[in-house]
Amino acid sequence: MFLFRLLLKNAFRHRLRTLLTMVGLVVAVSAYGLLRTIVDAWYAGAEASSSTRLITRSATSLTVPLPLAYAERLRAVDGVSRVSWSNWFGGIYITERNFFPQFAVDPATYLPLYPEFRLSEAERVAWQRDRKGVIVGARLAQKFGWKLGDNIPLRGTIYSGTWNFTLRGIYEGADASVDENQMLMHWGLINETVRARSGRGDYVGVFVVGIRDPNNAGVISERIDAQFRNSLAETLTETEKAFQLGFVSMSEAILVALQAVSYIIVIIIMAVMANTMAMTARERLAEYATLKALGFGPAFVVRLLFGESLLISLIGGLAGLLLTLPLAAAFANTAGSLFPVFRVSASTMALQLAAAFVVGVVAAAWPAWKMSRIDIVAGLRHVA
Amino acid sequence: MQESGPPLIRIRGLAKSYHRGEQDIAVLLDIDLDVMPGEFVALMGPSGSGKSTLLNLIAGIDKPSAGTIEIGGIDIATLGEGALADWRAANVGFIFQFYNLIPVLSAFENVELPLLLTGLSARQRRERVAQVLELVALSDRAEHLPSELSGGQQQRVAIARALVTDPTLIVADEPTGDLDRATGEEVLSLLEQLVDELGKTIVMVTHDPKAAARAGRMVHLEKGVLVDDLGP
Repeated sequence: MFLFRLLLKNAFRHRLRTLLTMVGLVVAVSAYGLLRTIVDAWYAGAEASSSTRLITRSATSLTVPLPLAYAERLRAVDGVSRVSWSNWFGGIYITERNFFPQFAVDPATYLPLYPEFRLSEAERVAWQRDRKGVIVGARLAQKFGWKLGDNIPLRGTIYSGTWNFTLRGIYEGADASVDENQMLMHWGLINETVRARSGRGDYVGVFVVGIRDPNNAGVISERIDAQFRNSLAETLTETEKAFQLGFVSMSEAILVALQAVSYIIVIIIMAVMANTMAMTARERLAEYATLKALGFGPAFVVRLLFGESLLISLIGGLAGLLLTLPLAAAFANTAGSLFPVFRVSASTMALQLAAAFVVGVVAAAWPAWKMSRIDIVAGLRHVA
Repeated sequence: MQESGPPLIRIRGLAKSYHRGEQDIAVLLDIDLDVMPGEFVALMGPSGSGKSTLLNLIAGIDKPSAGTIEIGGIDIATLGEGALADWRAANVGFIFQFYNLIPVLSAFENVELPLLLTGLSARQRRERVAQVLELVALSDRAEHLPSELSGGQQQRVAIARALVTDPTLIVADEPTGDLDRATGEEVLSLLEQLVDELGKTIVMVTHDPKAAARAGRMVHLEKGVLVDDLGP
C-alpha cells in the first residue's frame, strides 16, 4: 500500500509532463485500436465464413458467369449436400454513397445454406411467395429506416433500369460477425428479365456448395473442378474463406501499410514514454541514492521505476481503449456499408492493453537498470 | 555518555584511493580510529582532506581500498552489496546536509520509510513514527510535505528518520551546513540529546568549529591522514 501510494505520488509529481505523456498514450492506443479494427473489418467476411460451404466460380474470372445447368452436376458430386447460386446485383439506392451488397439468390436453396441468417418463418414464406420481394439485414434496415412492406427502388448498373422491390423480411445475424448489411432478392426475377431482354439467361455468378464434412473440402473442390475440366466454362472451387480472402488480397498492400502504421504509432509512443522515464530517473538520482543508503536494495528502485512507468502507461492505455469504442462507432457511421462488420474485438482490446503494458515495461527498462546500479556516494553528491 | 568496553567502531589501516585513468589518487592513508559506544565524534578538516570519504566508509556506502572497518564486531568491508544494505538498514541512521527527504511524501511517511525494511506491522510502524516525531517536536507537522517545512524542521524530520529504526550508529554529513546559526544550534542540541539520553553513537562531518565543539571529540584529517584526535 505504501509502495502504491509512493508510485501514485511519483507518477503525478510533474502533472503537466505526466498528463501530456498520457494524452500521447491515449492517442496512440486508440489509433492502434482503430487501425487494427479497420484491418479486422477487412477480414470480417473471411472470418465469418463457414467451413461447410464452398464457392464454385468460373476459372477464367469472377465476372464470367457459369451455366445454371451445372447445379445438377454439382449436386451429384460425392460429399456435396446442397447447392445454391447467386449473382451480384450491384444496384444503387438513391445515390452511390448508399452502397450495400445486393445478391440475387434462389431463396429455396440459398437460405438453408446460411443458417446464420435468422429470419422468421412468416417472413421467409412471404419472401418466397413474392418474386419482387427482398430481405435485408437488420443493420441495413435500421440505417435506412425500412420496415416490412416498404418499396425499395434500386437503379441497376449491371441489370439496367429501375427495379422496385418490396421488403418482405429482415434477418438478424446469429452472432456479431454476421454481415447484416446485405440485401437478397429473387434470382428468378432477374433471370427472367435478362432472358426477356437479351434472350440469354440461366447463368449464375457463383455456386454456393454445401458439403457434409469440412475436412474433405479440398478433395470435394478437386472433384467439382474435375467435372468441368476441358469444358467451355471450367470452374475454380475453393472454400468460402479462401474466396473471401481473395477479395482481401486485392487490397493487401493497404492492409500491410495500415498494420505497419499501427506498429509505428506504438514505437513512437514508446520513445516518448522512454524519454519521460529517463528524465524522471535523472531528476531523482539523489532520491534513489538516498533510498539505497537507507538500506533499500536495487530491486526496490527497479520496482519504483517499473511501477510508475506501468501506472502511467496502463492509465493512458485504458483511456485509449475506452476512447476507441466511440471512435470506432463514429468511423463505422462515416464508412457506411463499406465494412459489413465493424466492431472493436476483444482481441483488439487485449492487444491495446498489451501494447500499453509493453510500452510501460520497455520505457522503464533502461532507466531502471541504470538507477539500480548507481553508486550511492556519487548519487548523494548529485544533490549537493 | 561514553561507555567502557570494546569500541563500537574499530578502524585499522584504512585506505581509500580512486582511479582516474592510469593514475591512483589516494584520499585516505592508513587510518586507525576507535569510536566508543555513545561517543559524539566530529570529523573535521579542509576540503579534500578525506573526512566525507571516511564518513561514507564508516556508514557502509563506500568500499575501502585496504584495511578493516569493524562496527559492532562486523568487518563491513567484507560484506557484499546485499548484506551491506541489510546491515545499513539495521545499524545506521543517516542525516544529510540537504536533508534528502522524498518530496512527495509527508513528514510522517518520510520517517516511516526505513521501517518498510523491518517486519513491523502498519500499526507498529505508525506508533514508532509517532514516537520519534514527538521526540523531535514535530508531531503537529506530521502530514506536511517537506516543501511546507522550514530547513530546521526538515532536518528534524531527517533526524527522526535516522532514529526510527533505533540504530546504534548515526552518521551526519554537515547536518547544520544548510541552516542558519540559531536553527543549527537547535539541531546540534537535538543530536546531543540523542547521545546523552538515548546513548546513540554519532559521527558527524562538519566544517564549522562551533558545531564541532558541541561534539565530545574532534578528529582532524588533512590530506587523507588523521592528524589530530582531541578526546573528551
